[in-house]
Amino acid sequence: MKFHDTIAAIATARGEAGIGIVRVSGDLARPIAAELFQSPRGVSPKELSTHTLTYGHVIDTNASDEVIDEVLLGIMHAPNTYTGEDIVEFNCHGGILTLTAVLDLVVKSGARVAEPGEFTKRAFLNGRLDLAQAEAVAELIASKTDLSRKIAIDALAGKLSDTVNSLSNRLADLLAEIEASIDFPEEDLDFMKVETQLEAARAVQNDLTTLLDTADEGRIIAEGVNVAILGKPNVGKSSLLNAIVGATRAIVTDIPGTTRDTIEETINVKGIPLKLIDTAGIRQTDDIVEQQGVERSKAVIDRAELLLLMFDASQPLNNADLELLQIAQSAKAILILNKVDLPVVTPATALLVHCPKKRIVETAIPEDKGLDALKSTICKELLGGELSVGESPIVTNARHQEALRRANEGLYYAIESLENGMPPDLVAVDLRITLDGLGDIVGKTTTEDILDRIFSQFCVGK
Amino acid sequence: MNTYQKHYDVIVVGAGHAGCEAALAAARMGCETLIVTINLDTIAKMSCNPAIGGLAKGHLVKEIDALGGEMAKNIDKTGIQFRRLNTKKGPAVRSSRAQADKKAYQDEMKRVLEAQKRLDIKQVLVEELLVENGRCIGILSQTKTAYFGETVILTTGTFLKGIIHIGDVSYSAGRAGESSAEKLSESFLSLGFEIGRLKTGTPPRVNAQTVDFSEMEIQPGDENPRPFSFLTERITQPQLPCYLTYTNPQTHKVIRENLHRSAMYSGRIVGIGPRYCPSIEDKVVRFAEKTEHQVFVEPEGRDTDEIYLNGISASLPEDVQVEMVHSIKGLENAEIMRFGYAVEYDFAPATQLQPTLETKQVPGLYFAGQLNGTTGYEEAAAQGLMAGINAALKVKGENSLILDRSEAYIAVLIDDLVTLDIREPYRMFTSRAEYRLALREDNADLRLTQIGRQIGLVDDERYHQFQKKAAAVETELGRLQQTLLKPTPATLESLASILETGEMKQPTSLAELLKRPELHYQQITEIVPPIESLAPAVTEQVEIQIKYDGYIQRQQRQIHQFKKLENFRIPDAFDYANVQGLKTEAREKLTRIRPASIGQASRLPGVSPADISILTVILHQYNAKQQSAG
Repeated sequence: MKFHDTIAAIATARGEAGIGIVRVSGDLARPIAAELFQSPRGVSPKELSTHTLTYGHVIDTNASDEVIDEVLLGIMHAPNTYTGEDIVEFNCHGGILTLTAVLDLVVKSGARVAEPGEFTKRAFLNGRLDLAQAEAVAELIASKTDLSRKIAIDALAGKLSDTVNSLSNRLADLLAEIEASIDFPEEDLDFMKVETQLEAARAVQNDLTTLLDTADEGRIIAEGVNVAILGKPNVGKSSLLNAIVGATRAIVTDIPGTTRDTIEETINVKGIPLKLIDTAGIRQTDDIVEQQGVERSKAVIDRAELLLLMFDASQPLNNADLELLQIAQSAKAILILNKVDLPVVTPATALLVHCPKKRIVETAIPEDKGLDALKSTICKELLGGELSVGESPIVTNARHQEALRRANEGLYYAIESLENGMPPDLVAVDLRITLDGLGDIVGKTTTEDILDRIFSQFCVGK
Repeated sequence: MNTYQKHYDVIVVGAGHAGCEAALAAARMGCETLIVTINLDTIAKMSCNPAIGGLAKGHLVKEIDALGGEMAKNIDKTGIQFRRLNTKKGPAVRSSRAQADKKAYQDEMKRVLEAQKRLDIKQVLVEELLVENGRCIGILSQTKTAYFGETVILTTGTFLKGIIHIGDVSYSAGRAGESSAEKLSESFLSLGFEIGRLKTGTPPRVNAQTVDFSEMEIQPGDENPRPFSFLTERITQPQLPCYLTYTNPQTHKVIRENLHRSAMYSGRIVGIGPRYCPSIEDKVVRFAEKTEHQVFVEPEGRDTDEIYLNGISASLPEDVQVEMVHSIKGLENAEIMRFGYAVEYDFAPATQLQPTLETKQVPGLYFAGQLNGTTGYEEAAAQGLMAGINAALKVKGENSLILDRSEAYIAVLIDDLVTLDIREPYRMFTSRAEYRLALREDNADLRLTQIGRQIGLVDDERYHQFQKKAAAVETELGRLQQTLLKPTPATLESLASILETGEMKQPTSLAELLKRPELHYQQITEIVPPIESLAPAVTEQVEIQIKYDGYIQRQQRQIHQFKKLENFRIPDAFDYANVQGLKTEAREKLTRIRPASIGQASRLPGVSPADISILTVILHQYNAKQQSAG
């Protein structure tokens, strides 16, 4: 694929990093470098060989050769680059102002600013990545915590493909059995009994279900959860927010394209990205419920997938508190009893009277008391326990999830048919649907594949 | 060089099962047609087993019939035993098979050809294809007469560079006792077609007078033989039995000890044989743990004592074949009349063809049948029919007929041939059809007869019959869906003995009731009979459509997805060289095969899902550009 335009972007995380990179990809990459880069030794970028770093300056030729920054220029010639095109990288001295200035110059010289993920898109379209890898990279870019990154990296390394391939293989063997019994009825062959077929199908179903079960977790980890902190004024919402944010630095990846994703309100709690809703409101006013009125808090509550409801242990419950307890009954919520370091007026039992089934955490925020307990409780509330990325891959990609769902549905019907003693050609209908679903992730099982299995397993033919 | 005075629309070379269907279809569609063969006494000859139909092949025969072809009618008239296979494996895989009277089949087909208007039949040995400006314009005979035509369909079977092997003896022949077409092979090569080599085999035939059938299991035909053709009302001729016997350790010992003398195992055969139709040598070697293999003992006809020993195809020397046959129960004294042999022949990989079966490099030239790497009379006939249809449509200037894999086994066959790199003789299996539930024998007419009518191949008789059946099916489906059964005490009582999956609690339509696994259409009609009694073909259709509704609907969803990719066409002019992300193998395949759609592209071996996603993205851009340019 030949793209006609050249794209550029700041490829490193925004922030006070030591070095920042402006990356340029496309036919114009090297001419642009030649225009903007000056080496003290007088080397022209046109003469530089591929995969080299060269010291020099970026200069603005329009502003009487003003030196913009001292840089290392990286040059990589097509096709052995990430995108498969010519790439140049300006390793600058960081600082968002410098980077933006260099990017501006690059754009003035003929490149255009890349869309998010566009480098990866080109890499994929130029055959540098396969589909599953490209999807994994896309998720890597979008990943918000270390955990979601690890899962995406697993997918990139083929962990998901391996698992799905093995399921697909087992089902193809089963289908070959069934097809052989259909296509070679006159040969005296020993076929699997229906019970054995059922056993095989159920075993795959088990593994498929396990895989699919990870999809909900996968979604939570990949996309995060909307969380709202609610409570009456001065209950300590801001302190809580600061305590959590302070303890867990928001994760920024070093993958290109991430830098323009906004991350300001996402915090990482034990690997789960929590997206705090209306935190601005909390920081500025600290009293959504009373000052902004019920309307606004309703909107916040509707959007939230988890409510953190704060109560003041040193004060009696007022109407606002009771209203929150009312809300808690019909929502996913954790009750936080703050200020337990002060003389307690409202004990935990007083909250439990209203919400007997909710989890309660006692905290004293300035002392960080109860903060760890709160994080564990959030984890339990969302995922039903601690999360560990172990041997089994986790499904995060929506397309994969959909494909697995279809496969699972097919397998459900196939098993039902086997249980009801339906004839083999009907069992095969749903087994094929199942294989098709898995095939959308790892590649199709063709009719030729099934025949190969039959011929290798059975002595068929008159 | 003489020129024959008549100019034809369609010239068919070869009068086997492909040639006959091609010629009949073209002539019936109004084309002036010529069919030529080396020997007029071998029209529609069955070179191998004496049977038509069988698993998936029965489906092909019914589809050929539904489109207006001849094979089904011909076997109905001449068959000597009819069976329906796989009756318990589900509605989609019930397959019809008939033992044929080989000679009667040939004679009957010859009569049909002779009676066909606009069809000339000639005994001609073709030496050369005539090509002008890259187009095929006719054929040149051995006697130097040129026959000119708008289109030429080549159906030369195993006659291109055929070599027969028996033990360490080999000689050139198309079939045992018949010469191969050597000059034509050269003409063919000079046109630049790629050629591959395949092999197949055939077993010894023995004299029934010398066979002890009392030592064998008898295999009778069905009590109520069902015809192949939708037009045949019933099979009236008496049926003959077949027999079953087995090889044994002694047979296997004889074979093993003489393997070095087998043509196949001595390394003299380079062609690749079919895995599903292995020689007895192959079976003994590859499945050494089996102590016996079946031998089906099948008569070759009513008026002959020749018996076909199905299951022991061999290329062993004649003395070993005798010893092998004599080791088998019931065949101890059998006299071999014809020895088994292996035949090697040239084939033209069908990836050189368009889905119409017209060659990509020589317009006007079509290939059909075994020449394309298939085996089987039915596979050949199906291709012959489609080549005949498309040649006729081309002559008439009409759109070509390309069926898709969700419409017919014929389409599965042709799509596989033009898409896959066939490395062994290709035969049809039901498992090759991914939308098998939709492609049943019983609904072949409902799927295809309307299409046959549109192209002018289906005559009035067939069409009226089809309309009548289709209407009766609709009416009865409607009745079963609309008739409600109320749970009155009387009804409940009549149902009590047949319902196994719980009592009927509320008013239920007959259709709903029929969906219960334990109930059959017959029982439903006993409760509420239809106004007039219905033909079995109609009730079968109704029962399948209702009973397997859930499965059919799920498959329909799959077909819907499939059609999306099939309808995503790739423009003829599309240049894969500019698509940079494709892997080398995929680019090479796509450039060579030039798939018509993304669907076909996705079935090309060596083209991965990632290649397809790249192609899809690029084609979207390409189409957008074409549109904005146009």
